[in-house]
Amino acid sequence: MSTYSLSDGLASGAPRLSRAPLLTSWVRESGVGILASVAWIAFGLSCLWWEDVGDWSRTHSLGIAAFVIAAVALFGTVGADYLGSAGRALRQRAPWLVVLGVVLTLWEVATAKFAWLPLPFFPPPQSIIEVYTDDLPKLLDSVLASVKLQLGGYLIGATVGFLTGVSIGWSRAVGYWVHPVLRFIGPLPATAWLPIAFFTFPSSWSASTFLIALATGFPVTVLTWSGVASVSNAYYDVARTLGAKPSFLVLKVAIPAALPHVFVGLFMGLGSSFAVLVVAEMIGVKAGLGWYLQWAQGWAAYANMYAALIVMSLLCSGAITLLFSIRDRLLVWQKGTVKW
Amino acid sequence: MVAATALAEIDAHLAAGAALDIEQVSHAFDIDGAEVPVLSDVSISVEPGEFVALLGPSGCGKSTLLRLVAGLDKPRSGTLREDEARITRPYPSRVVVFQDPTLFPWRTVWDNVALGLEAQGILKSQRHRVDAALDLVGLASFRNAYPHQLSGGMAQRVALARALVNDPKILILDEPLGKLDSLTRITMQAELVSLWQRKGFTTLLVTHDAEEALVLANRVIVFSDRPARVKADIRVDRPYPRHRGDPYLADLRRQILGLLGLDATW
Repeated sequence: MSTYSLSDGLASGAPRLSRAPLLTSWVRESGVGILASVAWIAFGLSCLWWEDVGDWSRTHSLGIAAFVIAAVALFGTVGADYLGSAGRALRQRAPWLVVLGVVLTLWEVATAKFAWLPLPFFPPPQSIIEVYTDDLPKLLDSVLASVKLQLGGYLIGATVGFLTGVSIGWSRAVGYWVHPVLRFIGPLPATAWLPIAFFTFPSSWSASTFLIALATGFPVTVLTWSGVASVSNAYYDVARTLGAKPSFLVLKVAIPAALPHVFVGLFMGLGSSFAVLVVAEMIGVKAGLGWYLQWAQGWAAYANMYAALIVMSLLCSGAITLLFSIRDRLLVWQKGTVKW
Repeated sequence: MVAATALAEIDAHLAAGAALDIEQVSHAFDIDGAEVPVLSDVSISVEPGEFVALLGPSGCGKSTLLRLVAGLDKPRSGTLREDEARITRPYPSRVVVFQDPTLFPWRTVWDNVALGLEAQGILKSQRHRVDAALDLVGLASFRNAYPHQLSGGMAQRVALARALVNDPKILILDEPLGKLDSLTRITMQAELVSLWQRKGFTTLLVTHDAEEALVLANRVIVFSDRPARVKADIRVDRPYPRHRGDPYLADLRRQILGLLGLDATW
């Protein structure tokens, strides 16, 4: 399958490079890391050089921190060969470090120093740091409330969705009754239930749990069902001739074969349940990151909003990473059969 | 290649072949509301331990007959018996090896072979039988591999081990070598014969290859075009291992091809 092209020849053109000065290869390996260091020094200088146009308490610390990062980038790059895998990881991420440093410098200059961007709406980096240090307890409470609500609703929705999906995929009778209901209710965005849910459920917490479970349950049900329904009859034939009872066919044939589909459903459910979580917190629940965002907006505390948004995106991407790593562990047999 | 101890293990569980009686079996499919007959009044009586090859034109209904013998489908009319007991559902004394190995991709080789024992709930006390079956097909070193890591021939060997671990009384082979390359095929034909000779199970082999039927079986049944009827029942009285160039077999082969309407070509 391998084709030989000119670029291959250049990349592996060792004989030609052997006479080239050591400097060139050094620059090629470490240049980006050094550039990253320069970018972060620029960021640090941009913090300390000019006076702030507003009153922020963390400008000085942020500048120092930028210099520390610049130093780490520099020494990490120069000494990468002695740092093992950490050194390799740093080299790999160096281009991103450059971009981050440049963006932060521009952001700093455009907001805190010259106010090119209108000020209360575009807070400088140090004011976001200020939120993390000064408003930490409230932010942590919100994170905890969001995680609790999301986890509860998601687990209930995923479990119910999985069991429903397997049942309608397996049993014609269950399919007859559940399928039309699913067709009718499923496509409705879970947020449409919001007004009804909040006055029918005893608490806003149970109402939100229900909505998150609903948003998770629909895609999980549909994909589990299609996964079970698409299992080749040949597998059942083999298992039956070997003496398998119906319970074995469900647990050891249908479910493992459907698992790749189930994980697609779990992934989709995760995405739509995040949306419901934030909306539910903004409207009904008096806790969580969605509520924090709403509260910050009420006080025109824009730095707090950005801070909460950053935390939220870290949590969401963390949840998806976690789901993927569980999938990779359970579906290790797929490696080599599908493009991973 | 095969460990002697493994053989002894397997032989300890040795179950001799069962008799199979197919009595006036007819079967049909419903395709778009129309009834399409596939088997018409088929009667075959197989002695315990016989190796019977079923030969016929493609799509004539041989595989359908195998599904009936396995108990996967019920015939429209007629009865099938294993040792006088009527066949109504699948049972591990009659195991099928299909044309595709149909290994479960989420299970390792060992877990695939263990499938039957696990399904019957006896795996815990019988784990050694899985190891023995893997030894028997020479794949002990692949026990932890996943099916996608195996070649076609290896996968079919695993499928064979998965069948043999149940000590079937009737082994049902639905063109199991059909998709293999010719070298692997010849090797596996020899392995099949030696397994059959050693274990004594009754074997039913569907094939569309007259030569394969003659090298392996001691009885070849030739079917007509759909709906399948028994056209000829030929005894192959030659000792094993058989030689492909044997003039006796070559003569039989010409006869069989004639029955299948291919005499002009040969």
